[in-house]
Amino acid sequence: MDFLAVMLKYLPVLLMGAVITVEVTVASVFLGSIIGLFAGLARLSKNKLLYYPATAYVEFFRGTPLLVQIMILYFGIPQLAQSLLDISITMNPLGASIVACSINSGAYIAEIFRAGVQSIERGQMEAARSLGMSHFQAMRYIILPQAYKRVVPPLGNEFIAMLKDTSLLSVIGFEELMRRGQLIVAQTYQTFPVYLTAALLYLIMTFGISRWVAYMERRLKTGDSH
Amino acid sequence: MIVINGLYKNFGRLEVLKDINCKVNEQEVVVVIGPSGSGKSTMLRCINKLEDATKGQIVVDGIPLNSEANINAIRREVGMVFQRFNLFPHMTALQNISLAPMKVRKMDRAAAEKIARELLAKVGLSDKAGVYPEQLSGGQQQRVAIARALAMRPKIMLFDEPTSALDPEMVGEVLAVMKDLAREGMTMVVVTHEMGFAREVGDRVIFMDEGRIVEAGTPEQIFANPHNPRLKAFLSKIL
Repeated sequence: MDFLAVMLKYLPVLLMGAVITVEVTVASVFLGSIIGLFAGLARLSKNKLLYYPATAYVEFFRGTPLLVQIMILYFGIPQLAQSLLDISITMNPLGASIVACSINSGAYIAEIFRAGVQSIERGQMEAARSLGMSHFQAMRYIILPQAYKRVVPPLGNEFIAMLKDTSLLSVIGFEELMRRGQLIVAQTYQTFPVYLTAALLYLIMTFGISRWVAYMERRLKTGDSH
Repeated sequence: MIVINGLYKNFGRLEVLKDINCKVNEQEVVVVIGPSGSGKSTMLRCINKLEDATKGQIVVDGIPLNSEANINAIRREVGMVFQRFNLFPHMTALQNISLAPMKVRKMDRAAAEKIARELLAKVGLSDKAGVYPEQLSGGQQQRVAIARALAMRPKIMLFDEPTSALDPEMVGEVLAVMKDLAREGMTMVVVTHEMGFAREVGDRVIFMDEGRIVEAGTPEQIFANPHNPRLKAFLSKIL
């Protein structure tokens, strides 16, 4: 059978998987950004009750593989609930996927935000405080608006990394792009054309993101150069 | 206006300020001179608590510098101008000046911008309202920074080497703005290497060396008739 014919035949099914991949990625990076903003600010705090938990969170989720985190959440937590509380829970693959990816992404994004804030010159905070602004006001009006621009490129990287990492969700049977490909291969044994199609779809998506990030960078620069 | 009593400041094991005592009266212009590393800037930064004093007491406008609430109250009354300007790069000159009155004094935008435009006129930059800091020269940036501090209607202005980061041809325009302020009766503490300014505008000159106030007096006393050998050595090097 002609490879191209196989690719075209299964393209619609794989495309539907790609849509799901995009949905999970967008949801995870969005939720991860919220988690990351708070965790990143907590990592900058002098308050030890904020600093240490946030640091432990970042270290754990950056220091262990996402694949293992997914396994623990999807298979491990139900067993824990069963043995500890004697309740049986069934994980929903979509929910578990978004939770695992958001928490993982949040750890990376926390570091991105922390570095972004720390890259702003100390004099900016001092000038704001010397005008009588509170720490919160100085962050809100002076530091974060400047940090936000510096954070766009690394956030773009995180977006691309997350999109590719969602392929790991295939291990819990979540039918994103990679899982769809595996299912087709299991029926047809057409490994090369099917996985190649999946690869091309991933490439199109990551390329789209990198163009979009480049566009955002240019647009932020036209306002002013910082 | 400002009373400093037994102020000590350590950075780790390094003693930067040792038993600083001084007083600044209302409408007085006090110029602080001395070699680099003598603690001039640190003393100035202690006055609005950008540095925490290790020991000692500072009272500004009758408010002791101790609680967080007091610090914010004092900072509203004390304007500060930095060596490196520290303008907010993501805001226009007008926004730089009007932000604090709006957010701290809770003024509405129209009133805050009116003040900002008046102050821009005062520092000779009426035509730069909509311009971002990076499009301004160093001297212009520093004048905007002075206007920004003045927008809070401070009772005291602190200047931390305001002309040290400027190209020589821009020093004059900044000093001119400061002279105007002094003439209007603003209470000012100025850390500077501009001896001409100290002599002409200063009511009192303080000479610091190695973390102590070594000699203080009128400009005539300090420049024409210095007593302390370290002050004499310092003056012979720079005059």
